[in-house]
Amino acid sequence: MTLLEDAPVTEADESRDPGGHRARRKLVVVGNGMAGARAVEEILQRGGGEQFSITMFGDEPYGNYNRIMLSHVLSGEETDADIFLNSLPWYRENDITLHAGVRATRIDRFSKLVYAVNSADGTTSHTPYDVLIIATGSRSFMPSIEGLRTDDGELLPGVFAFRTIDDTRGMVTYAQHEDHRRAVVIGGGLLGLEAARGLQAYGLQVDVVHAGAHLMNAQIGPAGGEILRKSVQKLGIEVHTKARTTAVMGEDKVRGVWLLDHPLLECDMVVLAAGIRPNIDLAVTSGFTVERAIVVDDYMRTMDDPDVYAVGECVQHRGEVYGLVAPLWEQAVVLADQVTGTDTTAAYFGSRTATKLKVAGVDVASMGVPGPERDTDEHIVFSEPRRGIYKSLVIRDEKLIGATMLGDTSKVAFLMQAFDRGLPLPEERLEMLFNLGTPAEEVGAAELADDAQVCNCNGVSKEALVACVESGVKSVAGVMDKTRAGKGCGSCKTMVCQIVDWAAGGAVQEDPSANWYVPGVPLDKPELMAAIREKGLRSVSAVFAALAPDGAEDAKSKMGLASLLEMMWADEYIDEKDARFINDRVHANIQKDGTFSVVPQMKGGVTTPAQLRKIADVAEKWDVPMVKLTGGQRIDLLGVKKEDLPGVWADLGMPSGYAYGKSFRTVKTCVGSEFCRFGVGDSTSLGIRLETRFQGLESPAKMKLAVTGCPRNCAEAYVKDVGVVAIDGGRWEIYIGGAAGAHIRKGDLLATVDDPDLVVKLTGRFMQWYRENAKWLERTYAFVPRMGIEYVRDVIVEDSLGIADELDARMQASIDNYVDPWLEGAAPATPGQFRTSLPLEVLPRVPVR
Amino acid sequence: MTAILGNPSEPDAAERAHHLGPLDQIPVGEGRAFGVDGVQVAVFRLRSGAVHAVSAVCPHKGGPIADGQVDGAIVLCPLHMNAFELSTGCSTTGQQPLATWRVDVDGSGEIVLYATHSHSQS
Repeated sequence: MTLLEDAPVTEADESRDPGGHRARRKLVVVGNGMAGARAVEEILQRGGGEQFSITMFGDEPYGNYNRIMLSHVLSGEETDADIFLNSLPWYRENDITLHAGVRATRIDRFSKLVYAVNSADGTTSHTPYDVLIIATGSRSFMPSIEGLRTDDGELLPGVFAFRTIDDTRGMVTYAQHEDHRRAVVIGGGLLGLEAARGLQAYGLQVDVVHAGAHLMNAQIGPAGGEILRKSVQKLGIEVHTKARTTAVMGEDKVRGVWLLDHPLLECDMVVLAAGIRPNIDLAVTSGFTVERAIVVDDYMRTMDDPDVYAVGECVQHRGEVYGLVAPLWEQAVVLADQVTGTDTTAAYFGSRTATKLKVAGVDVASMGVPGPERDTDEHIVFSEPRRGIYKSLVIRDEKLIGATMLGDTSKVAFLMQAFDRGLPLPEERLEMLFNLGTPAEEVGAAELADDAQVCNCNGVSKEALVACVESGVKSVAGVMDKTRAGKGCGSCKTMVCQIVDWAAGGAVQEDPSANWYVPGVPLDKPELMAAIREKGLRSVSAVFAALAPDGAEDAKSKMGLASLLEMMWADEYIDEKDARFINDRVHANIQKDGTFSVVPQMKGGVTTPAQLRKIADVAEKWDVPMVKLTGGQRIDLLGVKKEDLPGVWADLGMPSGYAYGKSFRTVKTCVGSEFCRFGVGDSTSLGIRLETRFQGLESPAKMKLAVTGCPRNCAEAYVKDVGVVAIDGGRWEIYIGGAAGAHIRKGDLLATVDDPDLVVKLTGRFMQWYRENAKWLERTYAFVPRMGIEYVRDVIVEDSLGIADELDARMQASIDNYVDPWLEGAAPATPGQFRTSLPLEVLPRVPVR
Repeated sequence: MTAILGNPSEPDAAERAHHLGPLDQIPVGEGRAFGVDGVQVAVFRLRSGAVHAVSAVCPHKGGPIADGQVDGAIVLCPLHMNAFELSTGCSTTGQQPLATWRVDVDGSGEIVLYATHSHSQS
């Protein structure tokens, strides 16, 4: 390959360095995993952004994510969006050129070039460097098992490695397939057990096949391994130890695995978690010294070139190759000190590895050696197999050199400190295994030694947290952002909160942005409303221009602002369609395939034969794929194309039922006193009256109401945002703040009144107060307890603030401004308002009944 | 600008111009979908006056990107609120990127989209 044949160099032109500074040197990082990104973060922290123009190559087409958390993504505890450490804007903000999905193929040390190929289109490029960091990480070890791959070298369908976010997504999709019932995980280490537990969440029967004599043999001894096996089996996971997988069976997809001396283990899915291997191909090809991994010195430099460093799991340092995350953080610090020249004496001497985590639901902590190695080593063991508890300590020369804790990790904080720093040990060794009376159960924030490491993923000590608080950051989220404590596995979050609280002397601040009404405008709701009123801002674009930092629009803030402005200005609001969510642009609810659902208004859930006949005719004429009754007693026409909406509305000739917005939705009723033998109040009439009055009202979150004719509660009024219950003697109870969705809460009694007019008045007054004071998307079930029902009652019923008349008047103004949005079907508000946005044929089809 | 998606698209003979009609058919701050050589493209007209073209189908679950809300930098898919940069197509929420196209408005107010060789293959 010659230079001339290659694609143009994508490097920025350094001569345009602003301010006439000395041109920055070129730092290239091969690898965008946790090690590469952490090294760059450490370099930036040391002012490396001034010294270097930074380019990163990443094999995967994403930003940088927390690989440790993939097991949580697999188990569904976190979404894949939750685990990103640095999303793509971070690279841009820090002026880093990221080549995601581009693989480095060769390093030319003599001309100082990195050759790379784009995985998507095969184009090649070469990038010059002054300083290079290799952080290629590691990959899943693929044991040589017959039948693992198809003839073209691809993994047999149903076989997965467990290493990347794509692997994980693939596993989730495959595991969800209804025909897939049984999975085999090859490897009984940390990752294998996590994978097994995660797959169980999809209803799969899981077997773990482990070649070693006991589970997690790299970290714990045989006795602990046996207890772990029992705990894991109790969870319903079958464990086969000393089991060698000889072949994977299946032509088109996995059907089973053969183990040596074992009948066929039938399965639909195989996950390989048999360890990791450093990615060393690039270094080998490029002539670096490589043994088990890339050999580096105490400055994290390769043996062959002082301008080339290496860091992370691809590195071999003093004979050790690490597969845990903590050593990588320590290496990154030394590397950054060296690369930036901040501290040229910084050196890495190796890591003592200690881990504390939940493996497949079992608490496990291990550090140092798994068992005694010399005759003179003290070995202290406690074992209680019935409860799955096992504790083992190895002490040499009065120093803790190893510990394993299973099932009960209450003493781990102390043990880790003792292990890390060689603390003197108590004469009564039992005290190291159990809390014997005093002192307090857990090491409190105050007693914890200053240099004790709190976050083991990111290596943050108590004193670092305290220093951060003292520098003025008084919120937990702020401290976590600054120090990165709690941003790894997250298990230390409670401790971080306690320390921040302690260091701030109880004066912990909430994250300021947590109080902003919308993320793009740094004001809470009262400040925002005051500014809007003062400046007379009547449109969303005007709010951004006047109040957002740099006047920048923010897509995630538009919907909340549009709702707020409409509530505040009523007929003076300037409705900009682009500020609206699609549902509010076309007045229907978008479905998974890009079609919409149409729910005509049916006040109180009461309809007529003529209306039903009309709906049936419309459904047939427009080929509506599904007609469904909703939870709010309405009829839902599902699967209507966007371009058909105006036609459907015109044929229906009924107003919108508002089944799509953050707004007043429905009033559900029972037949009450009209027909029911038990009804004591006319609930249908009152429900229809409420719905007629408040239809379509914008609000911070949806409002679902009900009126029920007796305390039997057939209309479920106790669990509505506002629920009205008729009781004997012609009286009505008004409940607020109820919910029966993802969150279930019985409403609080606001008032008992004897006049339906008063029900209507108090309902309106409460809803207006809620509209003016609730946070965006805060349902009444959160708002009412936040305010306290006594206070709400004082304001709404007793008028303790003297604002009742104003609330009533502002509510009336909003009601007077009501226009049926479906009228836009006849006169579209914008060009192409109902134009299709999708090639429907490429979409997943909703099954048609 | 386009380093992330591979080589910068060079304005050479491999690029074909498609006329998509007047810019007026897209309200300010919104997007509309267009079929270009059998490929669905979402074109957005920002409040700043800038025009962007990205793939109309969300790589996550097939959501209609043209129905998404935008600001000066990103578009949000309406189904699950995944975000994509309008200029690069890269996702800021960990999804696969959207394809992007160079798009302009000519002197007569017509939208002109430039499809390169590599894009029309996708």
